[in-house]
Amino acid sequence: MRTVHTDNIRDAIKEMCIEANLILSEDVKGRICTAAEEESSELGKKILFQLKENMEIAKTESIPICQDTGMAVVFMEIGQEVHFEGDYIEDAVNEGVRRGYREGYLRKSVVGDPLLRVNTNDNTPAIIHTKIAAGEQVKITVAPKGFGSENMSRVCMLKPADGEEGVKEAVIETVKLAGPNACPPMVIGVGIGGSFEKCALLAKKALTRNLDVRSELPHIRAMEEEILVKINELNIGPGGLGGKTTALGVNIETYPTHIAGLPVAINICCHVNRHVTRVI
Amino acid sequence: MEKRIQTPLTKEIARTLHAGEYVYLTGTIYSARDAAHKRLTESLARGEELPLPLENEIIYYLGPTPARPGQVIGSAGPTTASRMDKYAPKLLDLGQTGMIGKGRRSEEVIASMKKNSAVYFAAVGGAGALLSKCIKKAEVIAYEDLGAEAIYKLEVEDFPVIVVIDCNGNNLYH
Repeated sequence: MRTVHTDNIRDAIKEMCIEANLILSEDVKGRICTAAEEESSELGKKILFQLKENMEIAKTESIPICQDTGMAVVFMEIGQEVHFEGDYIEDAVNEGVRRGYREGYLRKSVVGDPLLRVNTNDNTPAIIHTKIAAGEQVKITVAPKGFGSENMSRVCMLKPADGEEGVKEAVIETVKLAGPNACPPMVIGVGIGGSFEKCALLAKKALTRNLDVRSELPHIRAMEEEILVKINELNIGPGGLGGKTTALGVNIETYPTHIAGLPVAINICCHVNRHVTRVI
Repeated sequence: MEKRIQTPLTKEIARTLHAGEYVYLTGTIYSARDAAHKRLTESLARGEELPLPLENEIIYYLGPTPARPGQVIGSAGPTTASRMDKYAPKLLDLGQTGMIGKGRRSEEVIASMKKNSAVYFAAVGGAGALLSKCIKKAEVIAYEDLGAEAIYKLEVEDFPVIVVIDCNGNNLYH
């Protein structure tokens, strides 16, 4: 048994919210820089170099990379040997988000009721996904998610007979529909299998995986690579204005599913694919 | 091709802009996004005066992050324009000549743009830090209670945009 004070969780969440909104991970940064060199469309190249400059300004001047600093999605893997001391854990997470968004000068983009639409003015509540894991540590990933791209995401309940081809088609069709609205170049998170809600969660989780790490499953790895090539042949390009850089990466996560189903979720993220992980 | 345009954007100037042109805007523009558009439309329905001028003006679909002390404005990139499609034709009928956002527009908006000689510009989505450097003054002029969705009067200098849909309906996204 290990005791973890929830103030430590709160403070870590605060710092992670700020960091995620100012500095992109090395893999995403690297892909944008490579694409800027390799893009053949003149306008596309110009946009990619602007994105590069934007990242530098964000980091050096502490101006968020994007004005949509997102809804805070928080993944927590809590070791079953952990005992929390202090506040209720979800309150601690939300307090961390509240402080991070206030102290980091981040935008408050959450409305309290989806139909009445009054801003909560502190960007809470966060979307919190907890999982009980083995061990005595708490692994936290904060992934602020912008909604320009979130709005273009989809869940498709395919038939088993649709198979691999059906999955590929669903992903590519979703990217086509997203087009310029999702701020390409995009990052594509795909969840295959599970149930209606499980595949959506897998797709979100897929967005937090390093873009330079491919799936360990050979058939899935091949699919990630093939879909990325096909997406980049769509000529949507940076800003949706043409070019070969439509996606920076495709990450797929899978889970066992029912004999009657093939659920597929496609979570689209823009190039500002933010996620910070810490282990406490 | 690159052009430099001083606001206000008259219909005469708007008619000289073509899809695909890279334009640097200088002068006054206004911000408004979902909630502000809803309120503007409700005000019009009640016959009230609007809190911003529309004639020859450009509306930037923007909800910035808060400015840190010493900054004019925080991160300030475009939001998805299609969410304003429901409201835009009415405002174009009242003389608005420019919109800045990102992403596709509806057929209704494009028809209204042709009728009213208006232009739709895209700014680079997700480049909010870079774009904020082109905003030299920012002042909330209406709906302060909406926070990031308030209407700002902005003074911009060489603000980079791309003509995506011109007033003849030519569309760079196609």
